[in-house]
Amino acid sequence: MSDDLLLSVRGAGKRYGSRWACRNVSFDLHPGEVLAVVGESGSGKTTLLKLLSMRLALDEGSVHYAARPDGSGPGGLRDLADLSEARQRMLSRTEWGFVDQNPRDGLRMAVSAGANVAERLMVLGAEHYGRLRDEARDWMGRVELAGDRIDDMPSEFSGGMQQRLQIARNLVTRPRLVFMDEPTSGLDVSVQARLLDLLRSLVDDLGLACVVVTHDLAVARLLAHRMLVMKDGAVVESGLTDRVLDDPHHPYTQLLVSSVLMP
Amino acid sequence: MTGPSASTPLEPSAIHQGEHDYNFGFLDEQTKRHIRRALLKAVAIPGCQVPFGGREMPLPYGWGTGGIQVTASLIGREDVLKVIDQGADGTVNAVNIRRFFARTTSVRTTTRTELASIIQTRHRIPEKALHEGQILVFQVPMPEPLFRLEPRRAETIKLHSLAEYGLMSVRLYEDIAQLGAISRTYDYPVQVNGRYLMSPSPIPKFDNPKLHMSPALQLFGAGREKRLYAVPPYTPVRSLAFDDHPFEVQRWDQACGLCGSAVSFLDEVVIDDAGGRMFVCSDTDHCSGPGIARDPQSAETLAPSGAPASLVPSP
Amino acid sequence: MNEQPFQIQTVVRVRGLAKTFVLHNRGGAELPVFSGLDMDVAAGECVVLAGPSGCGKSSLMRCLYGNYAPSGGTVELRHGQSWLDLSEASPRQVIAVRRSTIGYVSQFLRVIPRVSTLELVSEPLRRLGFSRALADDRARQLLDRLALPERLWHLPPSTFSGGEQQRVNVARGLIAPRPVLLLDEPTASLDPRNRQTVVDLIGRARDDGAAIIGIFHDAEVRDAVATRSFDLGTCRPQRAPEEMAT
Repeated sequence: MSDDLLLSVRGAGKRYGSRWACRNVSFDLHPGEVLAVVGESGSGKTTLLKLLSMRLALDEGSVHYAARPDGSGPGGLRDLADLSEARQRMLSRTEWGFVDQNPRDGLRMAVSAGANVAERLMVLGAEHYGRLRDEARDWMGRVELAGDRIDDMPSEFSGGMQQRLQIARNLVTRPRLVFMDEPTSGLDVSVQARLLDLLRSLVDDLGLACVVVTHDLAVARLLAHRMLVMKDGAVVESGLTDRVLDDPHHPYTQLLVSSVLMP
Repeated sequence: MTGPSASTPLEPSAIHQGEHDYNFGFLDEQTKRHIRRALLKAVAIPGCQVPFGGREMPLPYGWGTGGIQVTASLIGREDVLKVIDQGADGTVNAVNIRRFFARTTSVRTTTRTELASIIQTRHRIPEKALHEGQILVFQVPMPEPLFRLEPRRAETIKLHSLAEYGLMSVRLYEDIAQLGAISRTYDYPVQVNGRYLMSPSPIPKFDNPKLHMSPALQLFGAGREKRLYAVPPYTPVRSLAFDDHPFEVQRWDQACGLCGSAVSFLDEVVIDDAGGRMFVCSDTDHCSGPGIARDPQSAETLAPSGAPASLVPSP
Repeated sequence: MNEQPFQIQTVVRVRGLAKTFVLHNRGGAELPVFSGLDMDVAAGECVVLAGPSGCGKSSLMRCLYGNYAPSGGTVELRHGQSWLDLSEASPRQVIAVRRSTIGYVSQFLRVIPRVSTLELVSEPLRRLGFSRALADDRARQLLDRLALPERLWHLPPSTFSGGEQQRVNVARGLIAPRPVLLLDEPTASLDPRNRQTVVDLIGRARDDGAAIIGIFHDAEVRDAVATRSFDLGTCRPQRAPEEMAT
């Protein structure tokens, strides 16, 4: 992990009418760090993820991202709200990834696996069909999908495979920051284990920074260096993952930890 | 109502205003100004779709109302008009539209590509190379090249403004992956001036190369969708493809059965009930073989030099 | 600036450490563990924690590792060229400390699905930047020394026996040379031969200059490795007057 800040969130909040879905969230994220946001339904964790990834607009606070210097401006920490929409969209497609909870939401179901994986490269201007296919096959291999299934439609894959396909689609541009919304929910336990292991090694190999929303504490323990615990839109506890899970301070955290069933 | 006779060209001054009650070119002058303003915008941003306030025309949508409105806004007394439909001057469509303009403007009309100053076309570009000063008006059913991939207009506006055309690349990739080659043979998407993705209207991809660096002004009108766009003269127009799957035009094993041309776009025509067929040039003006029936109503006019032109006799 | 004499180089400095659990699900009941704890450990020492069961030996270890957050006091470690107070450190700093400065061998092996024994054991070296080849090699040597059969190396340890899992734990905890080692019952579930191997490994680490803090219930092991003992019995937490009366 390097010292450069990648993402800096200060007082982030989102309101629906008079109700704050999430409020006063602040944290820093560095390259290679994995942050888990844990909470039950209605805690605001998914809202937070959408705020961070620019899928929702902030009502309060700011999110700064360390953009790479390019034609549209200097590098360094930039307030995302200041970026042009074009730059924001480009960021989402290149330096960032977003893994949806339901892979069908994050994939183009009407085109083949290969087209899904290679799309970001095409958006960036890659124009050699053969090389696009090679890249697609390579990434499918990295997420443990058979490369010869490159022309199969996403609907021909199982749920766990679709999720891995979605991950490959996001990673093909080597993003620095990946947002994941309940990446393992809905999957069979053995499939979850495989996916978690894959995520772990990808994070390690690629030095990814991640923000992972999950209600599963075991996922947090396995993947995350740090944790935020959310309840009713507020962060009630945060810190090193094993510290929060083994020595919970806040009443709600203690409740969560003690409620988990161990086989 | 008296109409022009087959053999005497109309004198421009002999418009029967009193009987028709139509403005010159059917549209009122304000509408023409509005459309010309929109056309100026379109020319300034090659390939970018510009909305316009389309009027009710005496033809239903799907019959060229967009092209007609563009032509009507531009046509002047000195213009010479050619109208083709799938390359032919003599189809019902072409005849009706030509007659419409003859009635409402009394400008000279022609079937000869090189003599026209305005050519309105449905689904083809003339074989004969165009020259500077000519305007080619295309009839466009669906101006949005991404329509089948993204039907929401709000979204496609955004995609165009951000030049996010990955969707189309994905479609082309998918064609090659599933079919072995890009399957579009008409309305083949192009990139104009290195920026906008454009639908060239349902012309065969055979005609796409003619869009590139044309000396003529190319205008596109969609009546139902109420949008127009333009490719100014000498603008680069590139058909989309992959480096290792380059753009290719159609080719035929046959030559034109009438004139023997091996370089023009050929139509396959069934000639008898036994299924016999022959291939003929789609562009009737280009096809120089004997016995081509030409519409006797399309009065062949004075050539620019003043010398009389001759009608090719029907068989 | 004066350098400390070669023989005495303190690397762990605990001052006034206190730990009290507040159980909110039991109506806010407080569970004091220890308080006012002072301790210094120098390089080359092996301090064995002594005291009755429940007096907080494991809790102290966890505070030293950053796994528990102390209720008061400081835990200072010599990290690189400077001192770092673990109780105030950010998660990033704690992770950095765990990577290069403190090792921990616990009684429980947390099993990650699908990760092989070899990967588990070689990981600490890889995190320090060693190549995979070198790290795997060293891991093999260590597992061999601990008599873990080769056929088990590519398997995840979830199905191993207690003794096998413990050896994996020890290997993972000791493979990377670290200035500070925390050992919580490292020889539990081990037969005499393997116990001796672990004792040798600990002795070696101590002689190489590691500062070791350990909990050893086995007297033999304790006598073999410890250089002194630290009694937590003297750190009874302050009780409320009402409780004192009972």
